[in-house]
Amino acid sequence: MHPIRYFKPWKMWRRHDLKKAYDVVIVGGGAHGLAVAYELAKRGVRNVAVLEKNYIGAGGSGRNTTIIRANYRTPEGVAFYKESLRLYEHLAQELDYNLLFSQQGHLTLAHAERALITAQERAEVNRLLGVDSRVIYPDEIAKLCPVLDLSDRPDFPIMGALYHPPGGVIRHDAVVWAYARQADRLGIEIHQDTEVTGIDVENGRIKGVRTNRGDIAAPVVLSAVAGWTSEIARMAGVRVPIVTHPLQAFVTEPLKPFLHVILVSATLHIYISQTDRGEVLIGSEIEPYTSYSQSSTLNFLEVTAHHAVELVPILGRVRMMRAWGGLCDVTPDYSPIMGETPVEGFYLDAGWGTYGFKATPICGVTMADLIVSGQVPELIKPFALSRFWDRELVSEIAAAAVSH
Amino acid sequence: MTFVIACPNCGPREALEFSFGGETTRRAGPEASEQELAGYLFFRDNVMGRQIEWWLHRDGCRKWFLAERNTMTNQIERTFWPHERGRTA
Ligand SMILES: Cc1cc2nc3c(=O)[nH]c(=O)nc-3n(C[C@H](O)[C@H](O)[C@H](O)COP(=O)(O)OP(=O)(O)OC[C@H]3O[C@@H](n4cnc5c(N)ncnc54)[C@H](O)[C@@H]3O)c2cc1C
Ligand SMILES: [Zn+2]
Repeated sequence: MHPIRYFKPWKMWRRHDLKKAYDVVIVGGGAHGLAVAYELAKRGVRNVAVLEKNYIGAGGSGRNTTIIRANYRTPEGVAFYKESLRLYEHLAQELDYNLLFSQQGHLTLAHAERALITAQERAEVNRLLGVDSRVIYPDEIAKLCPVLDLSDRPDFPIMGALYHPPGGVIRHDAVVWAYARQADRLGIEIHQDTEVTGIDVENGRIKGVRTNRGDIAAPVVLSAVAGWTSEIARMAGVRVPIVTHPLQAFVTEPLKPFLHVILVSATLHIYISQTDRGEVLIGSEIEPYTSYSQSSTLNFLEVTAHHAVELVPILGRVRMMRAWGGLCDVTPDYSPIMGETPVEGFYLDAGWGTYGFKATPICGVTMADLIVSGQVPELIKPFALSRFWDRELVSEIAAAAVSH
Repeated sequence: MTFVIACPNCGPREALEFSFGGETTRRAGPEASEQELAGYLFFRDNVMGRQIEWWLHRDGCRKWFLAERNTMTNQIERTFWPHERGRTA
């Protein structure tokens, strides 16, 4: 066969006309929405539409810095993210797609006594729950990461670190595409350029959604729109404890591999990793004001680059290539909101803040189990919306404010 | 550059001089039920569009004031003192 014809691009997923009714409508074509769709199809629920107002992966799923880890602070959080990490370890085989997952290890640097104590606490919780995580000191840090400035010259010298060997990075776009392709192969419809503009609720039950391409009837609607959750929930008449903050990141020009571990400094508000393409990927914490604007700011670049050079001085001569921003649906306790709502048939997968990408596979599994069985899986019971009325918050602020 | 906010006292300054105080809320009174208290403490409108919100001119006159901002563009439509808010906030 002629090579050009042999290599003709095949479709990863197909286009469809929008039907009048589905068994399940998923709002949001990010990694979460697509993972739930795939897991539903595996469970035999295939009359499902994923509605995405933009292109799939246009939200946080295509903008995040791809850190995957399980070293959280609360037993509820650790159990949940640990299971997600385990699923990620096998995801490339499961989805038959190269996801470039590299478990290079994750270092949360401590620049003060107090930070060392927090690191010790996290290490204890992690160890008890079977997550590989321990506190290490400058001699060992130097071996893992010789490019760090470990002298006492900087304003915030490094006193130790929480070391989490299984933490790593993955190719985010590949995760989105792989889930989409497999969902499509199992009969799920993915509709891009399809915006949900309204939700119909009758007598406390979900009836369907309205879109720019027509109305759809559905007994089950899942909102998986992360930063846009407040708007979708409002359409269903559900109030949520969420504010949307921008989060930014940038990459440098590509360099030969020199950084073989992910670095996080909560004190300097930054984290650094090197991608498989050689670019140094640098991120920070959320902007201090709420916004739905995804543009980046010069202030972010100045402050973040400054702190990055403080940690890793050789970055001082490296050029920046691209910068971008994305939206984060921040909750009061830095834990997600998953499961049922006061509207029957309307489910939430939200509150992902700056840390939701690593939860993708476990969200697919647990939300699909919930939708199919009507039973809330144990792993996500602590994350119910009702915890804010029952005063049972799950505070992950110590483990999730700057490390994402 | 982030965006510009006009302090009602000092005039237009870069947003970095200010601290964000969140959207305006209705404070729960002493008689509030648990439900109302949770609503006041945790739940927010978080609108995509025009929002009335608190700002502090932290690096300036140190006064709290209100702003109406388009949260999609960060354009500040107007700024005003709390006593000027009338029924809009
Ligand atoms: C800069 C940055 C760095 C981050 N780093 C990390 C990290 O290192 N590790 C980590 O775990 N997490 C990280 N996150 C968080 C992570 O990106 C998100 O939590 C995660 O991607 C959420 O995935 P999702 O599928 O739920 O939502 P999204 O990927 O945001 O998808 C939501 C989709 O809904 C669509 N949508 C919105 N409104 C409508 C509507 N009305 N109708 C139809 N569709 C609609 C949007 O277009 C969007 O595509 C980071 C985020 C950012 C911005
Ligand atoms: Zn002022």
